[in-house]
Amino acid sequence: MKIIDRPRVGVPAEQVTSTIAFNRIRVGMLLLRLRALIALIVLIIVFSFLSPSYLTAGNLIVMTRHVAINAILAIGQTFVILTGGIDLSVGSIAGITGMISGGLLDQGLALPIFGVVVFFSVPVVIAIGLLVGIVFGGVNGLAITRFRVAPFIATLGMLYVARGLAELRSNGGTFPNLAGRSGLGNTGFEFIGVDSVLGIPVGIWLMVLFGVVAALIAARTPFGRRVYAVGGNARAAVLSGIRVNRIKLAVYMISGFCAAMAGLILTSELGAAYPDTATTYELNAIAAAVLGGTSLSGGKGTIVGTIIGAFVIGFLSDGLVLVGVSTFWQLVVKGAVIVLAVVLDQAQERLQARITLR
Amino acid sequence: MASAHSRASRPDDVILRAEAISKAFAGTLALDEVTFNIYRGKVNVLVGENGAGKSTLMRILSGAEQPTAGRILLQGEEVKFATPRDAAQRGIGIIHQELNLFPNLSIAENLFAGREPTYPGYIVDRKRERLMASKLLERLEQRLNVDLLAGELPLGLQQLVEIARALAEDVRLLIMDEPTSALSAAEVDILFRVIEDLRDHGVAIVYISHKLGEVQRIGDYVTVLRDGRLIAEARMAEVDTSWIVERMVSRSQRVAFSRAHVSRGATVLQVQELTLPSPGAGLILDSVSFSLHEGEILGIYGLMGAGRTELLGCLMGDQKLARGEVRIMGRLATAQDPASRLGLGVALVPEDRQAEGLFPGLSVKENIVLSSLRRLSKLSILSNHLQDEAAKRMVRDLSIATSDIGRPVSELSGGNQQKSVVGRALLTQPKILLLDEPTRGIDVGAKAEMFGIMGQLADQGLGVIFVSSELKEVLAVSDRILVMARGRITAEFAAEEATENALVQASASREALEALP
Repeated sequence: MKIIDRPRVGVPAEQVTSTIAFNRIRVGMLLLRLRALIALIVLIIVFSFLSPSYLTAGNLIVMTRHVAINAILAIGQTFVILTGGIDLSVGSIAGITGMISGGLLDQGLALPIFGVVVFFSVPVVIAIGLLVGIVFGGVNGLAITRFRVAPFIATLGMLYVARGLAELRSNGGTFPNLAGRSGLGNTGFEFIGVDSVLGIPVGIWLMVLFGVVAALIAARTPFGRRVYAVGGNARAAVLSGIRVNRIKLAVYMISGFCAAMAGLILTSELGAAYPDTATTYELNAIAAAVLGGTSLSGGKGTIVGTIIGAFVIGFLSDGLVLVGVSTFWQLVVKGAVIVLAVVLDQAQERLQARITLR
Repeated sequence: MASAHSRASRPDDVILRAEAISKAFAGTLALDEVTFNIYRGKVNVLVGENGAGKSTLMRILSGAEQPTAGRILLQGEEVKFATPRDAAQRGIGIIHQELNLFPNLSIAENLFAGREPTYPGYIVDRKRERLMASKLLERLEQRLNVDLLAGELPLGLQQLVEIARALAEDVRLLIMDEPTSALSAAEVDILFRVIEDLRDHGVAIVYISHKLGEVQRIGDYVTVLRDGRLIAEARMAEVDTSWIVERMVSRSQRVAFSRAHVSRGATVLQVQELTLPSPGAGLILDSVSFSLHEGEILGIYGLMGAGRTELLGCLMGDQKLARGEVRIMGRLATAQDPASRLGLGVALVPEDRQAEGLFPGLSVKENIVLSSLRRLSKLSILSNHLQDEAAKRMVRDLSIATSDIGRPVSELSGGNQQKSVVGRALLTQPKILLLDEPTRGIDVGAKAEMFGIMGQLADQGLGVIFVSSELKEVLAVSDRILVMARGRITAEFAAEEATENALVQASASREALEALP
């Protein structure tokens, strides 16, 4: 389809007006497509008028640190949603990861047979934590592909199971000391949640890393293309030679991996492992993906959109706090924004259909 | 005339007359001044090849569509049906070929959906509903638990429930579009007893079927359509199978798409005793054996439900329950999954383009390259250059009309969408190409192009299997033709010896079907 820019001489009047109307539709389309980004810019402008401290380097870094956790969760969530699934267990997986890693740092791994307690270095603990996330995601994936449990149910079950296991790990208690001891060689866990590199917290760098790699995977690898294909038309995907179950298993493992990373950063930030860490974070992650234009029916959405969505949610909540809006109103505003995002999404679809009809 | 007719001495009474009905769709004339008489208390059979206009005519009579010209006379009075509801209020019921049941509701709930018996007020009288449902089913000689979910019934029973639903309304005229395509022989007998019962109660039946044996058994009148025109109307008692077949098939020449038949190459596909059990009982495919050669177009003709689509599904590894031997290029294909079959050199263009072929949200390019991503990547990263090159080559080779391969595939016309699916299959460099009704829903020009493409592919050495229910198409492009009926191969013809009559007889005549166990 070509963009008709200027009517030539001799074009009938009604065609001229329809061309103008058509251009207006195209502009509207562009605005709708960039709505998340526009919303983010508007948010920043409005809040910087309302509060002078909003648009300062310090505050921006604090807010982006909050965003990073949710963005990493939402990146994994986006892969799942692109296949037409959903992952409700990411908050709980973040929680169990924090507890297992925190426990390893604080108390080590007791091996009663040998009568010893083993302490691992921080990189190993982080690796174990990430592995835990992959395993929990894999269990989700197997329930969904091998046992044909609906994704909503399988991950809802995991939401409870993983949270319960997190509580069981410490019998409901906290692992308060994650600093490690230099004698045991396990110091430095604060690096991922507290430390900065080039003046920017490591958590933000990790978000950038995850974002770039995920965007590359989604847009530029065979795997990413197949994820879109499975969400777009699962039946056609099977007949096109795509091993649909493998793709589905992989996206839940990716989601578990991202959840684990978020759980580790959050635990490091807090300086202690609490069993109820990241409770209800799955909802923020889903909201970020949806705000960023990911369709819950699958096949449509981008990683960049999701990250912008996470920024909108984070910058909105923190802005409301800064301006002094009550937490109750914050909930109302956040909920309304999410629904509005989907309303605009529908408007975009209708406009797209009108353009296609021409 | 009257003496040949046993039941009534006076001439039969026309309850509904469709007079000089024409229907135009975007430039093509689906119906061209067709006049169709429906006699009261008779079974009025309507036959014709696919595309003859039967379904369009029925859609007009049931109010689903309005004629471009012509009028409908109901008992001599002109009527206009703006909606199916209008027609229903005049006592016209229709049983569609596709099932329209709610699989999640019980039989009783299905039978009375939208007109549930209620207590005074809004509460459904479930007891009465179940009782009425049982009575309806008894009329169909079925003693079923009416609380069973419709979705859990075998297909044949679902069809009977559909029929019972039409009976639940007081109909004067009942249209049945291929009602037996999913029924077993015993169920067909039951249906025929119901039809006879309705007929004796003065209900006019319009019966559409491809199964000529069946229509001769049940029909009182027969009307033949061809290419949207009325060809003949007669009393069934006065005609025979060959009379009907002669009028159904046109005498037009086959030159339109004919191709020079090349000599056979090596065997690329060898199928032995392929059997596919049906999820209910019985067999969808029953010991099917055949082979396909390099450079050959093998046409497979058969009616709906003959097992053609399932046969292709088995070859593509999409039917987990299939038994038997499939050898591709001499190698035994063991794994039942499409990805490994694709690796062995088999590619399928599915029958239902929208549901099984296209990714509507993806671009033309993405649709074309989707099965060949590995080959179009460098170091596991998709190469834009390789993808563009591959997609553009397919767009050029198949003359896919698109201004920009980055546009969504859903913006293309049906024919070009189909070519995109074919392009995806070809890009995998298959040795065997399976085409399931590749010309369905595309215009005449696109069809001709599709045949040209098939010919070229065969000339390049591909083995092509072409499944179609369009007689002329199968005859025009195939080097060899297999005819299927009830899950079996009933006949094989070389291109030179095949005729339309022979194909129809092998696929549908009573003798052909009865010759099967």
